[in-house]
Amino acid sequence: MGRFLALRLIATIPVMGVVAIVVFLLVRIDRGKAAAQLCGDNCPPERLAEIMTRLGMDRPIWEQFAVWLVQLLEGDFGRSIQSQIPVLRLIGDRIEPTLSLAATTLLFSVVVAVPMGIVAAWQHGKWPDRLIMIFSVIGFSVPVFVLGYILILVFPLNLGWFHVQGFQSIRDGVGGFLSRIALPTLALSVIYIALVARITRTSMLEALSQDYIRTAYAKGAATHAVLIGHALRNAAVPIVSVIGIGLVLLIGGVVVTETVFNIPGIGRLTVEAILGGDHPIIQGVLLVFSVIYVLINLVIDVLYTMLDPRIRY
Amino acid sequence: MRARASSLRLALRNPGVAAGGGILVLLVAMAVAAPLLTDHDPTELTPRLRLRAPGGEHLLGTDMAGRDVWSRVAYGARVSLFIGFAAAVLALSAGTIVGLVSGYVRALDGLLMRVMDGLMAIPGILLAIALVSLSGASLETVILAIFVPEIPRVARLVRSIVLSIREEPFVEAAIGLGTPVRSILWRHILPNTLPALIVQGTYIAASAILIEALLSFIGAGLSPTLPTWGNTIAEGRDVFQRAPWIILAPGAFLAATVLAINVMGDGLRDTLDPRLAKRVGGVTQ
Repeated sequence: MGRFLALRLIATIPVMGVVAIVVFLLVRIDRGKAAAQLCGDNCPPERLAEIMTRLGMDRPIWEQFAVWLVQLLEGDFGRSIQSQIPVLRLIGDRIEPTLSLAATTLLFSVVVAVPMGIVAAWQHGKWPDRLIMIFSVIGFSVPVFVLGYILILVFPLNLGWFHVQGFQSIRDGVGGFLSRIALPTLALSVIYIALVARITRTSMLEALSQDYIRTAYAKGAATHAVLIGHALRNAAVPIVSVIGIGLVLLIGGVVVTETVFNIPGIGRLTVEAILGGDHPIIQGVLLVFSVIYVLINLVIDVLYTMLDPRIRY
Repeated sequence: MRARASSLRLALRNPGVAAGGGILVLLVAMAVAAPLLTDHDPTELTPRLRLRAPGGEHLLGTDMAGRDVWSRVAYGARVSLFIGFAAAVLALSAGTIVGLVSGYVRALDGLLMRVMDGLMAIPGILLAIALVSLSGASLETVILAIFVPEIPRVARLVRSIVLSIREEPFVEAAIGLGTPVRSILWRHILPNTLPALIVQGTYIAASAILIEALLSFIGAGLSPTLPTWGNTIAEGRDVFQRAPWIILAPGAFLAATVLAINVMGDGLRDTLDPRLAKRVGGVTQ
């Protein structure tokens, strides 16, 4: 296990390296433009060269990359252009609503989607299966912001249920937290439920066609025992993997959902940065989420070995 | 050639391909014939007529500036469909080149795949936002920002097909006969990637249309003066309680378009590429 973990950690280095290079290129282009802007119109080339030297942009590109990388590793992600607050602190201040929304969505989706997938596989070809598959195709297609507005129209505006917008920390009361996060969670969950239900169905179908399932039925095991105890356990690996990959889908959805429901998280931070042309924030968010993605994949790979003893590295 | 024609006929017999394709044809017709379908200029400001409810002169009502929502929907289809098509073609082309090289030139395989892994680790939507906000939103930059994050998936798909096909006897025979690499790739390998690429292309188009609308919605998309679905939805945000049709009308068309393409893609996958049937298509949101 220790050896596997070490190898797996080493394997993330090239991935992180490519991420760093891509983000650095964005930063570098950005700085070049900023320098030109600082110099103004009709800028004489000598003056521009002087500014570039002052900003350390005359040095070889790999040297600039190294300087930038060392700063990153020291936790310096640059500063916001507008507020001059360090980017990492801005992200830290806004991460709670985003993590809350991601957590409730993940929890709700898995609790709903996995049973849906199991039922669909169990009733393969019959109407519950058909219904779930139709839901899944529609779920992939309805944009999360359109869904969000429909939910706002139906629940708070017509029925008077839940809060229309905003966020309240779970530490300030569970009721207020749930009342505000319920609708964004529902809006964001639909696509995720569609994805997880579909994968659960597919891998359950595969597991259910195996000989050991027939054996389990033959020895007189109850249906639920076969479905959960035998089939689901063997279908778990792809389900867990898609739950992890799906988290990336959530990132895009979060930006939009936070805008629709006015939640002051990373998504709103990003949108504010777009409107204000505050590129360091956008680049910081890009880096942080890429690192989170790589780490999640790492955790999933470790989970595999626990779920399926046959997987050895 | 006959085999290909018959697989096309087989695909058309699939209910998903027929229904999704039919709706898509209607939407394309709507986009092309937009000037014939409405008397109103989608950008004409008539403050006197602002926030009119749907019905009568304005089929789908008017927005905050008194622009006709139906005209904006009809013209907006042009932008959405074009971007979906362009992003799919570009992502498929670039991904195919990377995948072919990676699958055939062993020396480059490791490097190219590491780069693709790294690109895949960056959330596509955030990368698109960063690219667009850096270079300013024009049709070209929006398409670029949408298709670049899709390249790795296509490249991996093509590479895996190349790796399995290059071991086939007919490829070995071609190599044995001294066929140049270029024509092995072009004549023997590329045609075999086509079914999977067509299926993947539909998913990329669907996701590109969604991302374009999403970029416009959060203010990172095409100029607000252009009538796109995303822009119309974004402009309806502040008056949603009073005039929900400004969001719901383009939203419904957006959802219907993406649904039609996805249903068509699922149908094509089932008929053209049974190997893929177990996989879940590309989804982005």
